[in-house]
Amino acid sequence: MPYNIKEMVNKKSRFVSGHRMCAGCGAPPAIRTILRALKDEDNAVISNATGCLEVSSFLYPYTAWKNVSYIHTAFECAAATLSGAQTAYTKFKKDGKIPNDKTTKFIAIGGDGGTLDIGLQSLSGAMERNHDITYVCYDNGAYMNTGTQRSSSTPHFADTTTSPAGKVSQGKSQPRKDLTQIMISHNLPYVAQTALFANQKDIYEKAQKAIYTEGPTFLSVFAPCPRGWGYPTEDLQLIEKLAVDTCFWPVYEVENGVYKITYKPIKKLPVEEFLKTQKRFKHLFKEENKHLIDELQKEIDAKWENLLLMEEITNKKENE
Amino acid sequence: MAIRERLSGNEAVATAMKQINPDVVAAYPITPSTEIPQYFSNFVSNGSVTTEFIAVESEHSAMSACIGAAAAGARVMSATSSQGLAYMFEMLYIASGMRMPLTLIVANRALSAPINIHNDHSDSMGARDSGFIQLYCENNQEAYDNAIMGVKIAEKAKLPVMVCYDGFITSHSVENISLMENEEVKKFIGKYLPDEYLLDLDKNISMGPLAMQEVYFDKRAELSDAMEKAKDIICKVSKEFEEITGRKYDLYEKYRLDDAEYGIIVLNSTAGTAKDVIDELRENGIKAGLLKPRCFRPLPFTEIPNELKHLKSLAILDKSDSVNGYSGPLFSEITSAMFTQNVNVPTVNYIYGLGGMDVTTYDIKNVFKDLQDIAKEGKIDKVKRFLKYNKEVD
Repeated sequence: MPYNIKEMVNKKSRFVSGHRMCAGCGAPPAIRTILRALKDEDNAVISNATGCLEVSSFLYPYTAWKNVSYIHTAFECAAATLSGAQTAYTKFKKDGKIPNDKTTKFIAIGGDGGTLDIGLQSLSGAMERNHDITYVCYDNGAYMNTGTQRSSSTPHFADTTTSPAGKVSQGKSQPRKDLTQIMISHNLPYVAQTALFANQKDIYEKAQKAIYTEGPTFLSVFAPCPRGWGYPTEDLQLIEKLAVDTCFWPVYEVENGVYKITYKPIKKLPVEEFLKTQKRFKHLFKEENKHLIDELQKEIDAKWENLLLMEEITNKKENE
Repeated sequence: MAIRERLSGNEAVATAMKQINPDVVAAYPITPSTEIPQYFSNFVSNGSVTTEFIAVESEHSAMSACIGAAAAGARVMSATSSQGLAYMFEMLYIASGMRMPLTLIVANRALSAPINIHNDHSDSMGARDSGFIQLYCENNQEAYDNAIMGVKIAEKAKLPVMVCYDGFITSHSVENISLMENEEVKKFIGKYLPDEYLLDLDKNISMGPLAMQEVYFDKRAELSDAMEKAKDIICKVSKEFEEITGRKYDLYEKYRLDDAEYGIIVLNSTAGTAKDVIDELRENGIKAGLLKPRCFRPLPFTEIPNELKHLKSLAILDKSDSVNGYSGPLFSEITSAMFTQNVNVPTVNYIYGLGGMDVTTYDIKNVFKDLQDIAKEGKIDKVKRFLKYNKEVD
């Protein structure tokens, strides 16, 4: 069935209003859309790593999680916790405690800190053990819950509170870790990177595939943070669009090893267009730092070229 | 009908787990508890249990997966030792805070550094404030029995339980033990029916919230209360167990203590050594006695001091050190309980057996010799002593 935004927003809501996430944050619309990809008749268990989303959505006695069961244990173990719940489900199915016609899906959600840094081992373990789960990382490129400290997902040269741009250093001095590639190396049946653009079609369809592909699947979602990145809240959609149009955040999926770039900008914009919308890159626009933008552009180009190549190679193999 | 068997401590506990047949076991290998997931994996692969076994990538994930499975409504068990327990530390508090009734087997082993695989109690004592009920076991029979009772206690108290026994000394030594029939175990533990759980098809729930000051305080106070109330639950479950097996368990065990003049308090396997020494001393007219706590969490803080009132002197032996410039944990807690119960007996602390250092009957005899001197002189020159096995004397 072709994607229809009207139908999508009329699906059962699983993450509802009343949560305390900031206006202009990418995480709530992303999570709401992902959970709408569940079939209305199915249930889900959500395992949430400690972070903005968790502390803002489940402040006792209020919960923004509706029509799903939700668990938070700690920062680094959303995947391990979910693997336990999913294993209990397998057992209950075998025992006939849960009828055959009832389906519960298992989704872990973590930020980039809880996923790429402290939670990487737990994630890798759960994926390797082949649990039938989906892990969603909403990536805002820093520890936003504690006040914008750098993570391994922080982009090269971004100003954070632990990689501040100063007189002798210009923001984070290392390029970001590419978790999507790490997940692809786990040979998962489905890995995708997505963002909120073009009526949420990309994220919705990928969420559907991730949730309903049997086995461990992974979804990396671009999730801007107005406070940490320094942009007016109304710019969320603009930034999402610029991220994909500059190929700063390529959107693609890898299904059983075969790459598909799901959005190729007709005109690839220079990264400056993306950078200039956010205060965290402000220092790069000083005359003496402009070469750093060139450096970043080269990194982005190389990644993009590599993706195009991977798409070509893996599809060629597929067609042979 | 009881079944006579010859099993190591780990085999005995794995057998208990086979009979319990939990829904989910998540475990990670670490000496000396590794055999448990090994034996258990064999049960799984040969179909003698219907448990789902999760071979996790770390102990942190073992406890996380156990919490996830327990929250989903499953009966859950795991096993670990030493660094593994230390690595679980964060999740232990979450297991109890979320009131997950899981059972964790701990084959006690020293903590690094230096690295050492042998027995002391640094690991479980390090987790003494984690909100787990802690049951300590002298021998293979007690390890087996407590593993079975542990499951029932956990589910009734809505608290996680740690069943602790000495690494190698108990975990790897083979003893004659008496097993329950499979059906007896099944009947004794019953079906696990949680009040609320993630996989309930009729009701969606959220677990593990952020709680502000007032709620947090109340929840922690409830936890504290549950631990105190667990004493009665432990006693009741032990009584039921005794009715089936004839084996009597209390919050602690007394050995020739009631008319003793000199007492020692010690956990786990060393209690066995102490009993031998006490028998020998008694033959020579020395009134020696023992109190062996089975239950360190909850601490029987009114009951234990009451048993000690009549002593002339007392030694509390710790197989771990608090490194607080003062004493070991057993000493601190029991003397504190004695103070609040107005029991004033000259008491000393011995740190013994760290890293598996041997403790012989000779060493225990020396403790009783010191106790006689203390009683005679009526003063203590040194509160904490190190009881170190002396090769030359032996």
